Amino acid sequence: MKKSGMLDLLVLVIRRDLVLAMRRRADVLTTLIFFVMVVSLFPIGVGPEMDMLRKMAAGVLWVAALLASMLSLGRLFSADYLDGTLEQMMLAPQSLSMLVLGKMAAHWMSSGLPLVLMAPVLGLQYDMSMRSLGVLMVSLLLGTPVLSMMGAIGAALTLGLRGGGVLLSLLVLPLCIPVLIFGTGAVEAASSGLNFASHLSLLGALLVLAMVFTPWVTAQALRISME
Amino acid sequence: MLEVSNLACSRGDHRLFSGLNFNLHPGQIMQVQGANGSGKTSLLRTLCGFLMPDVGDIVWNGQKISELAEEYHDEVLYLGHLNAIKDELSGLENLCISAGIAGIELGEKEALTALRRMGLRGREMLPTKVLSQGQRRRVALARLLVSDAKLWILDEPLTALDVAAVALIQELIVAHLARQGMVVFTTHQPLHVAGMEMRILALS
Repeated sequence: MKKSGMLDLLVLVIRRDLVLAMRRRADVLTTLIFFVMVVSLFPIGVGPEMDMLRKMAAGVLWVAALLASMLSLGRLFSADYLDGTLEQMMLAPQSLSMLVLGKMAAHWMSSGLPLVLMAPVLGLQYDMSMRSLGVLMVSLLLGTPVLSMMGAIGAALTLGLRGGGVLLSLLVLPLCIPVLIFGTGAVEAASSGLNFASHLSLLGALLVLAMVFTPWVTAQALRISME
Repeated sequence: MLEVSNLACSRGDHRLFSGLNFNLHPGQIMQVQGANGSGKTSLLRTLCGFLMPDVGDIVWNGQKISELAEEYHDEVLYLGHLNAIKDELSGLENLCISAGIAGIELGEKEALTALRRMGLRGREMLPTKVLSQGQRRRVALARLLVSDAKLWILDEPLTALDVAAVALIQELIVAHLARQGMVVFTTHQPLHVAGMEMRILALS
């Protein structure tokens, strides 16, 4: 028997959560199907005017991604809380923040990454240019992990509450507005031929900030919820 | 050594216990007794550090557990009411993962040996959702076999277990005490530990 280090633990948690996500595929598909449906319904409802669709593309795709990533947040800690795994995680000989970071990463891989990969296909419905599609993907790639990490704080705070889902959205959505602004800003700048680098840099900065602070804050919130 | 001094704990406005003092030395075992709702689980969870005591200190080898944090976690094994196993995973995967979370890298062979010793031969690869309540408890209890923690905190370890499994748990506890380990536990079923003095802490 050998003692495992911090990175081993991170990899273990990510692998565990991904295996669980694969065995409960319905949960992962719900997020993706919601995203696809919402984005595809808009052109049908609004009508096939190319100019209008092009203008609203960035907003619709980003808002749909934001709402879709809220869907799976409630399950981030609740299953582990109900079956007692969370207690064991709090007794891990490594920092709880590290375990939380692993759970956030796995959550993003199973709910955020599919959205990033699906977005360009859906963007075609809005007649987006290749350049805009590329920027959209990069902005989602930088932005969706931030959504997962911010969402984790809300999920930890509302753990074990009845009707926590509504409260979770109320807590988390306002915090996600900067991500939405810079994400859509980047795509709109790209489609009107302006410089989009500043928006992406700000998204990147948000990502770095979130990576530093949210695991620790979430770990504290979990400790409070476990009392 | 575990030292608890002047410990008080409450849930909501209700004071569960106060002025609790005890020491636990290596090789000692202590049973926490009390009626339903007397605070047995809360005491065990406080010893783990999940609950903050209202007043009082819990000291492990001369240092407060709140200051030791991860260092203390390395020495503790907690088995609660909940099994902490995932229905979708097999017994083998569950054991490897819970050992991994407790900081022990477990080989497949060691994990299989532990599960077989717990009487789960032939069921190691089945998803735990198809196992019975007692078998799932056995998967959770297999952690006792692979852990090197000094202090075992066991909350009702015998629920859902049959006579053979109870005997096995008693055997494991005796072996752990012989290795200078410590055990704090609650149970409503009789648990006999041969040749050891059983200390009793009664909560009222």
